[in-house]
Amino acid sequence: MENMYPKIVDGKAVYDLDSQKYLKMWQGPQHPGVTGNMSLELDICGDQIINCKTHVGYLHRGFEKLMERRRYINCFPIVCRICVPEPDTNEYLFATAVEELLGIEIPERAKWLRLINLELSRLASFLMWIGGQSGAFGMGTVAQWSLAHRDYVLDLFEELTGARIYHMYMLPGGVRGDIPAGWIDHTHSVLNGVERLLGEIKHVMLHNAVFKMRAVGLGIVNADMIDRFGVVGPVARGSGVARDVRKDNPYLVYDQLDFEIETESAGDAYARTLVRWREMHQSISLIRQALQKMPVQGEYYIPLPNVLHLKIPAGETYVRAESTRGEYGYYMVSDGSAYPRKVTVRGPSYSHAVALLEHLAVGVNIADTHGLMLSLHTYPPEIER
Amino acid sequence: MVGCMEQLYNELQMRFPVTGVTRQRENLAFMYITPQHAVSLITHLRDICGFSHLVLMTCVDWIEEEQFQVTYLLHNYTDHTDLGIKILIPRELPVMDSIHHLWEQARTYQRELHEMFGLDFPGSPGMEEPFILEGWQGPPVMRRDFDTKKYSDETYSHRPREIHEPEQHMQQQMYPED
Repeated sequence: MENMYPKIVDGKAVYDLDSQKYLKMWQGPQHPGVTGNMSLELDICGDQIINCKTHVGYLHRGFEKLMERRRYINCFPIVCRICVPEPDTNEYLFATAVEELLGIEIPERAKWLRLINLELSRLASFLMWIGGQSGAFGMGTVAQWSLAHRDYVLDLFEELTGARIYHMYMLPGGVRGDIPAGWIDHTHSVLNGVERLLGEIKHVMLHNAVFKMRAVGLGIVNADMIDRFGVVGPVARGSGVARDVRKDNPYLVYDQLDFEIETESAGDAYARTLVRWREMHQSISLIRQALQKMPVQGEYYIPLPNVLHLKIPAGETYVRAESTRGEYGYYMVSDGSAYPRKVTVRGPSYSHAVALLEHLAVGVNIADTHGLMLSLHTYPPEIER
Repeated sequence: MVGCMEQLYNELQMRFPVTGVTRQRENLAFMYITPQHAVSLITHLRDICGFSHLVLMTCVDWIEEEQFQVTYLLHNYTDHTDLGIKILIPRELPVMDSIHHLWEQARTYQRELHEMFGLDFPGSPGMEEPFILEGWQGPPVMRRDFDTKKYSDETYSHRPREIHEPEQHMQQQMYPED
């Protein structure tokens, strides 16, 4: 009987891997189910995870170090690569931090254009996520639908900014271009298509018995874990904690738009799916409101002196925005030269994918690991900037 | 909100040796504290003043002054204010007290700072394990005296690059007899 349970040393269970009761298994970094290039070192007993350790570093490109060697304007091609599915949050935050340290205010129309761009990128990122979440539970068809619609959103970006993935649209002083002719009609038709897709996803995915059986009760985040683990965004809102940077610290023109913070109370993977599904509707509504309310004409850029010789007064600041995963932030320190002294990127995956995932994975069936990771919506490049 | 922050500074200044308070925005301020009082200040802010969210932990290398600046950014969800706590520690002996008992994700930040800047947080779990740079033998990479260009020139062999002027190259490819 005494061999049935592992020995406890210093308050932690020690598993004897030679006893043939436990198995060590690596999941990733090439596994299609894990979110991007990170791997999990799992100790399993039967098919249940008893210990999980995350390993990152497969994607480290040293962005923060690279930025220290580049002028502010030369950092834009770098910052958008920190988060591939949602690069606009990075561009916006870097540009805003530079503007705040320089003490410049951008024109009204630029604020609306930035907001539309940010919400479109949120929508594209959610569409990619819903494909992953459904694919992790064996519904590849939903993934194909949602990725097709994400491509239509990328078409909109291509028309507006000239690029599909890395837009580099927001620069210090405003945005790079105005809305092209016919873009607004095109946007409305794409949004109608996504809205129709969301209705279909509700029937096929949210009401699907298999999806419900696997997602309900998976990875429960209690309300008392929120502050202890630094949980933000839809994961916190799925646990009934109504926190949204767009409402709490309104930036751009979010205070002029009408929306409510979406919450659920169960705190499991299914509740998080519901929150994100409603937030996709919310993004569509915000883009429609913005297209209606934004000024028809006006400046969208204030000319700055030669940006290659831009020197920023010494100082430091922290700016934040709501990405699809939660609070995204940039901490920027300037020493008065033309190069940033230090830029630290705060990605929500940093706390979600390491401390929180290691805690939630214990007791989960190995087949549900991907569903759990995707329900936390983690992107490894944010961890190893 | 401004009055709230003002009251907070006064209260903190009475209890802790905080110096150099700079207000960046009406809801964001930075202040310095001595290393030995840092953890008690952060605990006070978390438990008494409602700064329950650790936004980030980072380090700035002021190599000219031979100092590291460790920054803790805390957020208060009640009145949506941010407070940056800055601590200057000598570069020769970069040791800070650990705050892994206050927030679970602090452990991850401390592991990263240990690897990238060589900061030591005695007692923080998993400190010696590599986080991002598995198998790295060299100096801490985010320090400003680590030159990435010099390191790669010394470590890797030079790969010569063939350069073709597009116009000449196409002419040679398509009309070699001209």
